[in-house]
Amino acid sequence: MKRAADRIGIAAIAILGLGALIGVPHVVELFTLVDVAVYCILAILALSLAFVWGFGGILSFGQSAFFGLGGYAYALAVINMGESTVPILLGAIVPMLFAALLGYFMIYGRISDVYLAVITLTVSLIFYHLINSTAGPEYAIGRARLGGHNGIPGLPPINIPGNAAAQLDYAGTFRLSLGALLLVYFGLRALIASRFGRALVAIRENELRAELLGYDSRRYKLIAFVIGGGIAGFAGVLFASWGSFIGPGVFGIAFAAQIIIWILVGGLGTLAGAVLGTVLIQYLTTWLGQSKSVAALIGLAKIDTSLVLGAVLILFVLLVPSGVIPTLRKLWLGRRGASA
Amino acid sequence: MDYAAIFLIQVAYAIASLALISVGLAVIYGMMRVINFAHGEFLMLGGYAVILPVQAGVNIWIAMLVIAPVTVGAFGVVVERLVIRPLYGRVIDTVLATWGLSLLLIGLASAVLGYYQEGSKPPLGSVQIGAYRESGYTFFVIAVTLAIMAALYLGLKRTRFGLLARGTMQNPAMAAGLGVDTGRIYAATFGLGAALSGLAGGILAPISGVVPVIGATYIAKAFITVISGGATVLAGTASAAAMLGAVNQVVTFLATPVVGEVALLAAAIILLRLLPAGITGRLFRGGV
Repeated sequence: MKRAADRIGIAAIAILGLGALIGVPHVVELFTLVDVAVYCILAILALSLAFVWGFGGILSFGQSAFFGLGGYAYALAVINMGESTVPILLGAIVPMLFAALLGYFMIYGRISDVYLAVITLTVSLIFYHLINSTAGPEYAIGRARLGGHNGIPGLPPINIPGNAAAQLDYAGTFRLSLGALLLVYFGLRALIASRFGRALVAIRENELRAELLGYDSRRYKLIAFVIGGGIAGFAGVLFASWGSFIGPGVFGIAFAAQIIIWILVGGLGTLAGAVLGTVLIQYLTTWLGQSKSVAALIGLAKIDTSLVLGAVLILFVLLVPSGVIPTLRKLWLGRRGASA
Repeated sequence: MDYAAIFLIQVAYAIASLALISVGLAVIYGMMRVINFAHGEFLMLGGYAVILPVQAGVNIWIAMLVIAPVTVGAFGVVVERLVIRPLYGRVIDTVLATWGLSLLLIGLASAVLGYYQEGSKPPLGSVQIGAYRESGYTFFVIAVTLAIMAALYLGLKRTRFGLLARGTMQNPAMAAGLGVDTGRIYAATFGLGAALSGLAGGILAPISGVVPVIGATYIAKAFITVISGGATVLAGTASAAAMLGAVNQVVTFLATPVVGEVALLAAAIILLRLLPAGITGRLFRGGV
């Protein structure tokens, strides 16, 4: 019964996704198209954390570090090479290598959840300080200047592999972003359903029991952490090419918090929740940031994004700790159980 | 010779300021196993609790040593009641809720107070050491940090509250069984930690100035110090601050302050690979 429902769900998402991929660029305005593309890119980032935290049980509070690292690796490489294929790969590989190094120290050291959360967040913050201090012209890699707090502007769009002149337009960027989102979503679902994914979930549920059954929990967790880092880095690549810009803000604490909030709002332990949470929160902060009437209602000139995010985070932790999707699912199943 | 003296003073200052910004966090973590993500904003509030009264004409020492710890401590008690208490035993949810509080406070401070704040000049002038000058405030920060650590040691070791607090820290169920009101101990501990953070923020405000997002510049170092130290409040903070502060300052001296921070983080990560429960997980066990 549950599996049949699951299959219908998967098929529905696949059909809707493919339909949107083909249809949306013909229907909506350019402005909306650009907006939706970035929602997709951020949702990929959210999926990386949803996997690492929700299924691997690893509290990576600094997922932003991998996102930023991917964006910067891409930016530096694409400026030097002029063609985007190799830089895209580098944008995923560099964060994966860094995740492997960092993860080795944390996961093989068996430090506790909360310590891991704090260390990953701190790593992201240190990147923030580090990049911010590179404003001078002496900080350059090849032809690309790091630019400090100004970031790296003027990145070329992604081009079709092998042909640097065939750059993606807005519709192409949208299709790439949504396509990548669907690919990552279904890829992660398949991974979670595989042997590896089942062992990972078993470790999350009870690490000692999984180890007594012969699974090396540290290896599984490290692999999950590295995969998550690679996906986050790839999202960073798309983000940098989408805005043709990457700056140190992606390493900052507000951005790191945002990723956590997306997951919590949607529901920890689900992949669809991460996507839903991202869209809801991004929409809410954009809308409240522009809305003068709501700001006037609470007596402020302008609503600060931090204010909204902070309030949402506190309210969800205290009142809806399991997030939107699991809560709805519970209500739905509860009603069906009562009528049966 | 003078140069060496200046260098040593700088190292001592780096260690003292690291201990100063971490001790409030360490008290809360050591006693309650709660990592307070709003710690940086407690420091920020402490800073405003100095800068705003001073602009209104209050004596800077009164603002720094009385107003800052008292207001932030009182705020901490309120936060404990509204946000922390419903989440006891749910460590990760507590972290997330305090992170939400952190964002909320940044948002409120930027909306109400704005991003620009006038600093106030560090008092105490400067001291001549051979051919060099060192700010008198540097010595004040070192002295105050030592005084705080000594007071905390005596408070935890010699007073009745200290005894009850240490008992609750070691075994809350047993303490409660012996008639200790652990809820009140937790509230008092959180208030104490917040007051210490407010004091630290107030003391650093004349040096660093205050803006709503200033917390982010402190928390990375404070988190690292506290988790490297482990769960033992004083011995942990002191030993981790001594080690990481020295690493930070020596590397800063050789390269730049930012590279110093990177070295601090790298040292902490390697340390945690070797001692996953922090320095006091292996050494100084059973201390305070």
